[in-house]
Amino acid sequence: MADSIQWIQHVELYVSSSATPSQQAASVDAVATLLKNDLLTLEALVREMEMYLTTTDSIIRSRGILLLGELLAQLTLKPLDSTSIHSLIGFFTERLADWKALRGAIVGCLALLRRKSDVGIVTDSEARAVAQSYLQNLQVQSLGQHDRKLSFQLMECLLDRYSGAMADLGDNLVYGICEAIDGEKDPHCLLLVFRIVESLARLYPSPSGPLANFAEDLFEILGCYFPIHFTHPKGEDDDVKREELSRALMLAFASTPLFEPFSIPLLLEKLSSSLPSAKVESFKYLSYCTGKYGPERMAKHADALWSSLKDIAYLSPQSTLSMDPESMSRMNFQESDVMTHAFVLLQEVIRQCGDFISLIIGDNDIKTFLSSLNQYKGFDDIPLQVKQRLHAVGHILSTCAKASAALCNKVFESFFPLLMDGLGLSVAQPSQNSYPDEECFSPAKFKFGPLYICIELIAACKNLTVSLYNCTSVHDFSHQRWCSMLSSFSESLVKAFVSMLRSNDADNEQNAYVYFGVKGLQILATFPGSFTPVSKSINDNIFLELVSIITSDSNKTFLWTSALKALVEIGFSSDKCLNPERAASFESAVVEKIVSLISCLDSAIPLSLRLQAAFEIGATRKDFMLRVVQGLDEAIDTHFSAVFDHGNHKSVELTVKLLDTYSQKVLPWFLEIGGSEEVPLNFALSIWDKIENIRSLNLSPPEFASDLLGATMTAMKKAVASCSEQSQEIIIDKASGVLFSSTVFGSVGFKSGSSILKEEGLQQTQNYGNSFGRYEWLTSLLASVVIALRPQTGIPNGKMILQLFITSLLNGHVPSAHALGSLVNKLPLETKEIESSRRLSLNEALDMILYSFIGTCRYDSTSGNDGSGVNISSLRLNTSRIQLEINTVIGLAWIGKGLLMRGHEKVKDITMTLLSFLTLDCEAGVPKQFQNLVKVLDEEGVHQLMKCAADAFRIIMSDSGECLNRMYHATIRPLYKQRFFSTIMPILLSLVVKSESSYARSMLYRAFAHVVSDTPLSAILGEAKKLLPILLDCLSMLNKDVSDKEIIYNVLLVISGILLDKNGREAGVENASSIVNQLIELTAYPHMMAIRETAIQCLVAVSELPHARVYPLRTKVLRAISKALDDPKRIVRQEAVRCRQAWASIASRSLYF
Amino acid sequence: MTLGLINANPVVHAKKERVARNDDPHAEDAVDPLEIYDILFLQSLSVLSEESITVDEKLGRILITFTPTIQHCSMATVIGLCLREKLKDCFPPHFKVDIKVAPGSHANEESVNKQLNDKERVAAALENPNLRQLVDECLYSSEL
Repeated sequence: MADSIQWIQHVELYVSSSATPSQQAASVDAVATLLKNDLLTLEALVREMEMYLTTTDSIIRSRGILLLGELLAQLTLKPLDSTSIHSLIGFFTERLADWKALRGAIVGCLALLRRKSDVGIVTDSEARAVAQSYLQNLQVQSLGQHDRKLSFQLMECLLDRYSGAMADLGDNLVYGICEAIDGEKDPHCLLLVFRIVESLARLYPSPSGPLANFAEDLFEILGCYFPIHFTHPKGEDDDVKREELSRALMLAFASTPLFEPFSIPLLLEKLSSSLPSAKVESFKYLSYCTGKYGPERMAKHADALWSSLKDIAYLSPQSTLSMDPESMSRMNFQESDVMTHAFVLLQEVIRQCGDFISLIIGDNDIKTFLSSLNQYKGFDDIPLQVKQRLHAVGHILSTCAKASAALCNKVFESFFPLLMDGLGLSVAQPSQNSYPDEECFSPAKFKFGPLYICIELIAACKNLTVSLYNCTSVHDFSHQRWCSMLSSFSESLVKAFVSMLRSNDADNEQNAYVYFGVKGLQILATFPGSFTPVSKSINDNIFLELVSIITSDSNKTFLWTSALKALVEIGFSSDKCLNPERAASFESAVVEKIVSLISCLDSAIPLSLRLQAAFEIGATRKDFMLRVVQGLDEAIDTHFSAVFDHGNHKSVELTVKLLDTYSQKVLPWFLEIGGSEEVPLNFALSIWDKIENIRSLNLSPPEFASDLLGATMTAMKKAVASCSEQSQEIIIDKASGVLFSSTVFGSVGFKSGSSILKEEGLQQTQNYGNSFGRYEWLTSLLASVVIALRPQTGIPNGKMILQLFITSLLNGHVPSAHALGSLVNKLPLETKEIESSRRLSLNEALDMILYSFIGTCRYDSTSGNDGSGVNISSLRLNTSRIQLEINTVIGLAWIGKGLLMRGHEKVKDITMTLLSFLTLDCEAGVPKQFQNLVKVLDEEGVHQLMKCAADAFRIIMSDSGECLNRMYHATIRPLYKQRFFSTIMPILLSLVVKSESSYARSMLYRAFAHVVSDTPLSAILGEAKKLLPILLDCLSMLNKDVSDKEIIYNVLLVISGILLDKNGREAGVENASSIVNQLIELTAYPHMMAIRETAIQCLVAVSELPHARVYPLRTKVLRAISKALDDPKRIVRQEAVRCRQAWASIASRSLYF
Repeated sequence: MTLGLINANPVVHAKKERVARNDDPHAEDAVDPLEIYDILFLQSLSVLSEESITVDEKLGRILITFTPTIQHCSMATVIGLCLREKLKDCFPPHFKVDIKVAPGSHANEESVNKQLNDKERVAAALENPNLRQLVDECLYSSEL
């Protein structure tokens, strides 16, 4: 047993009025813990508290009872025996009469009533006693807000958990509740009130029960809350949303059909409110209640419902049409919220009460409107207001027709013949020539009104069939009246639609007819399943007509795109609703025709449009796409041979387009749907086949060749990248087979891999003349394959391929450099003995590469090249020497990038080599192996080489779209850029300090700029203080050169990034004056507007540095900026005005600065 | 100087639909009326319109004709002063700015015009602390 003194202190603290709320809460917790841990029994507690519970001092008594109640609320999980519960609930029930100490009693009752059955609960009779005491004693509306809320919670709890016990109370209960809720205004309490009404309705569902007597009174109380509208400004009751309350009230309204005689008239009345939100609410409630009250009760309101619906939707439709001609001609109305909800109600009413339709059909206004439509001839003759009504009537009728087959029959019977008359169509006589004749109709003959309604009806029919088809087993609708009517008119309808497409005008009016003509054809061709209102021959005609638009005429853009869209829709539907016969005719009539267009040589349609059509049609189904792919392959085949065998230059352009379609559309599409690897695999193999079989791969002029080669390489990379390892192995096998059987490579003598090779290769390939094109094609394509390989794919003849790339790289072939970079990025570190024939390991590859390029090998990176192996300095020709070295540098850059991305340590060797190229002209810094080189080359050559080495750092740091990215399965270690940045930075900086020649320094700065501009800003900000002075030096070094504008811009962006950052600004403070000097110089930079603009923006940022730092610079800046005000570009001038204001304001006399 | 509003409830005009400029990234953008119009800020009161601004880039001259909201607007001179100050901030000094009230829009048209284009009087006006404050208030209150 706990020390009684201690817990009594808690009780006293709680009861005393001097304690703060948090102290009181703490003491409740303390006592509750004692009780939970059985250190104190409930009995002992109650006995000790007797004085507090029964004293005549009402304040202390109320505190005491509240403490007991709150303790019980904390003990909901503690098992209590039935005697304790009995005596406690008895006590609280009795206390409900004690209005001075009410809260504790309610809290206690709630706590006990909410207990779960496994820990001991209040019995039914006790609950009934609570309710009786509640009804007898509680004057809810005279209580404060919190107490009201508690009492409503108590009532809700009683109704939900003890409904059996409550039911006996009958009239008494209903009356008591009416009294308790009448006049409630607080949103929190109202939420409870609405739920109580709902529970009450559930309790007495019978139409002769106690609720029936009070239904009118109860609804009178509820009804005044509709529509929910907060009079107080927002923000006061943020926690209770209007929507939440409104939904609760709606559930209460719909809780019992007994409310129907009162609620429906109220809701209908509110429809005439001028507030749109009230109308929306009314419609929402009406739709919901209609579903709940049932058809019998709603039947008597049908007339009133229809008249109010008609009023909103038809007589004064609130819909807007945007003014652009496109949506104008499509009757694309934007309906208001009210209208949307009105149509929801219409749908619900029609679904519930079948008779409702007779009101609509019998409505004279609609009938007159429909017949009045005949007075307007064309689309443009119809005034906007009538168009609105037309849209509304179309929507009403289609909503009716969509509801069920029977309703659809009725709508069709009443309106369809009228519409057909309006259109001047008759039941087609079975004629010999089913294809619509030219002279048959002219478009002007059709009145737009009936046409629009007619298409809405057919669309509704289609919707109905689709939904019936999907959810029932009945697939035969031919006995339905609408079906036979539609079938009998289908032929003339199709004729009419077709004739609308054939007009020659292309104005707004015509577009409307074209749109609806195409739409009509599309709907007729997409009825699901075996049922279709159109016969097969007519269906085929629809396909033919649409396809003939695609194939013949692209000048009428609107017609062409609409027709294509319709065909795509039909294609999708042929996939979903299996009708083998129609799918087959679609395939033969549409797909085949479109595919044949691809390779059609003398088509009037531009190839890009033909390809677009083919792709979009193909995308509807996988087998269609496969067919399209076949067509593409054939076309590529013919064009390739046209290019190479017949030297047809026009074909080059076409082939490039075909290949682009492949790489940009078809391959991504297959990648997205997944699971079909044959397409990319076959594509890649077929390209290799072609290359193998074409004798001469020479093309002149060379631009053509490079365009075609570029497109082929891209497609090849994409294709290989989307293959799995196995397929990739097949491709690379094929490629290396083609390559090494080729005469070009046979003659070079690759097997040795010796040092002579390079010189020989270099000279030989230049002499090839004829076979140079072939050499380039083969190497480039092989490079594309290698770039896109997955890391796990094994490469046959690895060493030979590697040697090939090294050789061609030294000849200046950049894709080979990409391939080498990709190889070192993905090759496995070690290989197992068994598979070593197939797999090259990274170390072997690196040995070969470094040996060729740097003249060092992996195990001996310190010793220079002393005669053995490659001795690059032994080459004689100066010009080709420089070129060779430049190629080496580019190669090293890509290889370094590959190594860096996988996080390999060898990247250090490569960077060091690049750096030694960078400092080539300072005697002291030149490593041993380059000393000869310097002697051989002239100064200009050396400078060229140094610049190239500096630019190599851009290659290493920047992201490339060509290779080494995620799409081509590169190994990418996280944060590799940051890592490189932090290792290279100190080296570069120390080299800058050491360098003697100004050229070397400027090249080092150039490399620095490349590294910095591609490093993530967060890494730079960490060292902003150290970097900022160097960045400024860098700017001053670069400034002079026009061709460096991109680099300057990137550096400037880094500086602006630093200046805009809070930590970076500290660095800015220290260098304010030099920053300003540099920026001022750049505000007049003549070659690039973005630089001037950014420089001025940076100056604005500088003006926000501490006043003491920037004030001395003010005059200087203002003088410079006033020149910028005269800048030739407007954007710069505007920035200058801003900047001038910013700087002027730091020292103005005026108060406002 | 009293700061009470003379035309406290002016008619606010809707901004006119603008003609889009064709933006050629390589060409030089000459100063055009639209630019000045953007910098000034009285368009919604119909005090200024694009048509009332003329620019001659070669001679470096800007002529602005503004229409005070009411005939006896005593603020006309202040408006003119503000326009001059604003343009001085936003254009290089070699532009010569002429500011006039539209013919027939003000009771003392001639004297206002004279006052606005007299260098000495403008400078003197801006040395008056009260006027200076008023002008600054006009120019920068919208930005604060």
